[in-house]
Amino acid sequence: MTQAEVLPPRLVWQEAEVRRIVQQTPTVKSFFLAPPAWHGFVAGQHIDVRLTAPDGYQAQRSYSIGSPPEAAEVELVIERLSTGEVSPFFHEVVQVGDMIEMRGPIGGHFDWQASDGGPVLLIGGGSGVVPLVSMLRHRAAAAPDVKMGLVYSARRFEDVIFRDELLARAAAEPDFALHLALTREAAPVAGHRHGRIDRAFIAEALAGLGAPPKLCFVCGATAFVEVASMFLVEIGVPFAAIRTERYGGTPAEDPIKADVAPEE
Amino acid sequence: MATRGFFGRRPADDAAKRLPPGQYLERGFPVLSAGPTPHVDMASWTFTLKVGPRPVKKWTWGQFTALPRTAIHKDIHCVTKWTKLDTDWDGVSVDAILADAGVTPPTPWLLAHSFDGYTTNVPYKDVAGDMGIVATSYDGAPISPDHGGPARLLVPHLYFWKSAKWINGLQFTERDEPGFWELRGYHIYGDPWREQRFTGDP
Ligand SMILES: Cc1cc2nc3c(=O)[nH]c(=O)nc-3n(C[C@H](O)[C@H](O)[C@H](O)COP(=O)(O)OP(=O)(O)OC[C@H]3O[C@@H](n4cnc5c(N)ncnc54)[C@H](O)[C@@H]3O)c2cc1C
Repeated sequence: MTQAEVLPPRLVWQEAEVRRIVQQTPTVKSFFLAPPAWHGFVAGQHIDVRLTAPDGYQAQRSYSIGSPPEAAEVELVIERLSTGEVSPFFHEVVQVGDMIEMRGPIGGHFDWQASDGGPVLLIGGGSGVVPLVSMLRHRAAAAPDVKMGLVYSARRFEDVIFRDELLARAAAEPDFALHLALTREAAPVAGHRHGRIDRAFIAEALAGLGAPPKLCFVCGATAFVEVASMFLVEIGVPFAAIRTERYGGTPAEDPIKADVAPEE
Repeated sequence: MATRGFFGRRPADDAAKRLPPGQYLERGFPVLSAGPTPHVDMASWTFTLKVGPRPVKKWTWGQFTALPRTAIHKDIHCVTKWTKLDTDWDGVSVDAILADAGVTPPTPWLLAHSFDGYTTNVPYKDVAGDMGIVATSYDGAPISPDHGGPARLLVPHLYFWKSAKWINGLQFTERDEPGFWELRGYHIYGDPWREQRFTGDP
């Protein structure tokens, strides 16, 4: 095969209609888009959106896809950063019927499909759970016997994105385990943690997989990803088995001392 | 076509002129890596220059940092959309490395290698002179591990994924050899001013 055949095709900008908007938590909304030319994606990938002002000024940002490849619409799950340029626009201005320019899918490393197998440990902080939920949904549809654990750090119970879905999956899917860590309050459901993630918490989640993980996916704000992926390395997970997606924010001076909870 | 209701938040004019298309101004220093941050042990750190498969010269940390140094003051542009203005780096230029090894560029293409297995391709002409250095200092201090320390490639006029973190070698290749992200849909060259983010971008 020549190089040209291996490389993915050109990504073109297209206008996608916003079909539905769902408030997920006090600071997070889902936007369901219907891109006209869409040929599927792999769970974990993201798209770029491009917003254009009347004078031609443009802003671009990346958003992970939360829906699984099996779904008809592309679900973006956007957290409102109060000082931000693009995320407050989505929260305050975008309505059903609006057209949003986007292109994708993008990314060929932070992704998982049924043929990749398991066990798999997913670690998400705040909105970093979005691509991981796409993987969980794809797993349930395509490979429910693959063992997956999700370690998910959020501030409060009300900030847990897809909370009802995740609790329901944990109850109904024997090979999926949910490990919530709430940094600001105790969880009102048993079996979860009040506090930041630490090495022991991640080690426990790994042990629950019953076998060494084939892959670990870590996603969230930069400081969170630094700390969580370092714990995995320290526990002995091979470097090459750990894949990361850093959403942004400047890493703390000392990631070990940093509040690894996603903060505004 | 304009996006309904979007007006945007423009940076001041002088900064705006320095922002390539689709980029926004960042005052912090975010991080982009495909995996965890490796903590490279300086005692075992080495840098290898290769021509094809053949190693030509290898330096220890002490030998490498004793080579003539070049300072760079430039804006940097990450493909994840942030641009940081006026960053200060210091290190060893690729030309100084070649001079120390007594090598004249045998091919027009380089592939940078890193301790974590990462690779990225850069044409030699883009690192010639003082355009590209192997940086060992950022803002007057050693580069922290999350930003690619102890040593990273710095090619500031290309998207920042070309500035390979945790670099441990440069290799001349027979042809333009795509690296880690280039094999995963990212542009083979990556000029931010032409917005060459992905394969097929102009
Ligand atoms: C591959 C990828 C996928 C992403 N997927 C998602 C997603 O699914 N959902 C989502 O909500 N966001 C996601 N993001 C982040 C998103 O692209 C934007 O960075 C985010 O929405 C902020 O944009 P903004 O214009 O509102 O804020 P900006 O105006 O860009 O930034 C405002 C301030 O917030 C800081 N900041 C930016 N991001 C973060 C962060 N994550 N944590 C803390 N501080 C931050 C910036 O440094 C800046 O100082 C993703 C980022 C990447 C690179």
